[in-house]
This record gives sequence, C-alpha cells and structure tokens, in this order.
Amino acid sequence: MGIRVNFENNLEELKGKITEMGEQSIVALERAFKALKTQDVGIALKVIEGDTAIDNLEMDINQFSIWLMAKEAPVSRDLREIIGVLKISSEIERVGDFAVNIAKATIKIGNTESLLDITHLEKMKELSIEMLRKALQSFLEENILLAKEVGDLEDEVDKYSGETYKKLTTYLSGHPEETNQLVQLLFVNRFLERTADHITNIAESTAYLIKGQIYDFNS
Amino acid sequence: MSRLMSTSVIEHGELTTKKQSWEGISQMEQFKEGTTKINVKDLNLFYGEKQALFGVYLDIHEKQVTALIGPSGCGKSTFLRTLNRMNDLIDGVKISGDIVIDHENIYKTNDVIKLRTKVGMVFQKPNLFPMSIYDNVAYGPRMQGIKNKKELNKLVEESLRGAAIWDEVKDRLKTSALGLSGGQQQRVCIARAIAMKPDVILMDEPTSALDPISTLKVEELITAMKKDYTIVIVTHNMQQAARISDKTAFFLNGEVVEYDDTDNIFSTPQDQRTEDYVTGRFG
Repeated sequence: MGIRVNFENNLEELKGKITEMGEQSIVALERAFKALKTQDVGIALKVIEGDTAIDNLEMDINQFSIWLMAKEAPVSRDLREIIGVLKISSEIERVGDFAVNIAKATIKIGNTESLLDITHLEKMKELSIEMLRKALQSFLEENILLAKEVGDLEDEVDKYSGETYKKLTTYLSGHPEETNQLVQLLFVNRFLERTADHITNIAESTAYLIKGQIYDFNS
Repeated sequence: MSRLMSTSVIEHGELTTKKQSWEGISQMEQFKEGTTKINVKDLNLFYGEKQALFGVYLDIHEKQVTALIGPSGCGKSTFLRTLNRMNDLIDGVKISGDIVIDHENIYKTNDVIKLRTKVGMVFQKPNLFPMSIYDNVAYGPRMQGIKNKKELNKLVEESLRGAAIWDEVKDRLKTSALGLSGGQQQRVCIARAIAMKPDVILMDEPTSALDPISTLKVEELITAMKKDYTIVIVTHNMQQAARISDKTAFFLNGEVVEYDDTDNIFSTPQDQRTEDYVTGRFG
C-alpha cells in the first residue's frame, strides 16, 4: 500500500464533488436560458428550486475540505488543491445563482413577444458553458493551457456583452413600450457577463493550483 | 525592501511572470533578510569509508531559525554536529570543506572549547545533570571560572528567564532538576545552553520526547529566542518546521536537495523530491 492512499482518495472524492457541482450548474444555465427563450415560467421555477442542490453541494465541499485540512495538515500542492477546491466551489455556486437570476428575469418578462433575437445573449450563454466545461476539465486534468483558453473566451463574452448593451439601449429609445423586457434583458446581459468572470476565476484558481503562482486572465 | 509577489501570465502560449510590489507586508520581508552567520562550503563527511555528507553548501542567517528536515539517515543530524565539531568525538570521521562562523573557519582553530561556548547545543532528550536546577544552569559558567555568587545568581536567573522557565522554578532552584517534567527539563537544558552566552544554538529534535503542550511551549520559546540567537534545528515534525523556522533545508542521502524560505518550501517547493517529502509521499 502506498503512502497517503486514503488522503489521495479523499482528494479524488473532492474533485468528484466539484465535477458534480459544475455539471449541475451547466444544467441550470441551459434550463434558465431555455426558459428565457421559450418564456416558460414552469422551467424557470424548476431552475430556482434546483439551486438548493447546488448550494448543498457547496456546503458539503466546504465541510469536507475543512475536515481534510484538520485531519491531514496538507502543505504545498495538497494545500493548494484543497484551497483551490474551496474557491472553485464558491465560484460555481455563483454561476448557479446567475442561472436563478436569469430564471427570475424570465418570470418578470412574462408572456410577451421575445426580443432575444436582437441580442447576442444566446451566444454568450453558449460561450459561458464552453468556458465552464474547459475550466472544469482544466482543473481535473491540471492542464494550464486549457485554463488560459478560458480567459480568451471571456474576452469574447465581454465583446458580445458590449454589443448587446448597445443593441438593447438603441432599441429601447425607439420602443419605450418594451421597457420592461428590455431592462430585464439588460440584466441578463449583465448576469452572463458576470458568469463568465466567475468562470475565469475558476481557471485562475486552477492555474494557481498547478503552478503555485497567481495568474490574472482578465488583463 | 518590499516583498515582491509574482503574478504570472501566459503570453503566446508561453508562461511569463510579472513582478508586483506588495507594500503591505514589507516588514515580513525585512524580517527574513539577514546577514550570513554560518557559511558552509563544499562540506563532505565520511564515517570511515562511508560518506554521509556530499558537497553541502549552506548560508545560515544570523538571528533566524533554520530548520533541517529529511528522512532518517539523510545526514541532517550529522550536519548539525559539524557546526560545533561534535563529530570530532567520533572515531574515524573525516571532514573536508569549510565551515566559517563569523569569518573564522572552525576547522582551522584549535580552541574547540571556545567554539562550543559560542555554538551551544540542545539534544533530543533532556540530559540534565543529577544536581539542582541552579547548579545545572551554573555548571558551565563555573567551569569557565565564574565564582562570584552574585554574578552567578544573576546569570542563572537571566538564563532561566530567557528559557521561559523562571516563573515555574524560581521557588525550587535548589531542588533536583530531575524532578521536573520532561518539558520543563528541556527548557532548563535550553537555559543551560543560554548561560554560556552563545551566539548560535543547535537543537537536535528538541521536542521529539515531549508532549504536545510542552512542545508548543518550546516552540514559542524558540520563536522568542531568535531575536538574540541564531538557531539551527533538526526536526522530523513538518508542521514544527513550518511554524517556527525562517529557512528550511531539505536533506536527502547526504545532500541538500533544496534550501529556501520556509514558506516557499511548504507552499511551492521547486524540487519534486522536496514536494514528495513535505506532502508525506515518501520518507
């Protein structure tokens, strides 16, 4: 039997929980956007209810990490890994919250003709999910170049977010009767832009875990 | 000098590192700066035919705690004993290379007693003499010729205070030192070392025979003592090295694999063998 096999197994278990949390957040984002696109309040409500599971997973991960630190007194890479898990779980939890925010915006928009087509919001959602998948893969495989790609994708999200803002505000000046929906879509624009920021933080935490140096992929 | 924190970026697929100043913890960095107290160059040591140390280079800084870590038999205690020539007492030991303390090569002096006065030692197990607490601490100074009672009283009190044991023993100085607990005995041993007014104190696993509370007391003491002394400590307790030392040297098979600020050794070691050792993957 190798040295610290139990500890290694515990670290793998932690990684498994992060993967599970990430997958649940991706599902939440997909569903929230589907609700927005189809203006389906039922799906939106399911997203809001489902967020509890993501929150519970974060709590599980926190407690497990604290117990591991107390039990194993980790140093060096082991310590960075556990700290990384704590930070990453917090970022994924925020992604889940933004999915909830999009679901709430959907409910506020209500049943009216969708103006989604004049925005890049769907593209931003797709990019965010691609970023999250890459960030999780980068974390699991400890692949720093994948982490860097996440930072590059965030630039694209920022670009689309800026364009969406302009399109929505321009449309608003000509169609004041659509103010409610347009304001909610501006919020969604902001939620997706922030989602991408939090996913970039996951990539930065992963890079720190791998190299032991602080990276800034936003600059 | 302010501490520099590195921020790294990947540009064109290459990893580069940017330096950023971090003024907030400049004091910490100043604390870690230091002048060399002990300079070790190309030190080799043989027990008969068997080589135990291989080309060791190490700069030990003044008024810092330097921890020596590594698996059993890696040479760290052997190295520690070269710093006050304790290995001279072992038959068949051959040493090459230089150890310079305060500009004096300690292997080119004949005054070993003066060296061991300057470089004191505390061992793994408390090794007090079967005499009173007072006489234990006064033993060294008396051997040096100090007879004046007032002077001895002052020295004993200062030494016991310096070892954070005065309050616990001041009312029983004339009782046997062997009646003290293990943790107290070890602090009296430290007081006995301090009484010789050394510059450097070597400690060979000083807490390995102590309970956790006594261990923490000795650790607190070591941290407090570094304002006055240069301390070199051998320890098998990784957390102890991380808690109390400024620099850490990792020994393996008679060589120094890595020597760096302790926070680097325990957060981002450069050598995979150091990483494996501090994370408990071998040893």
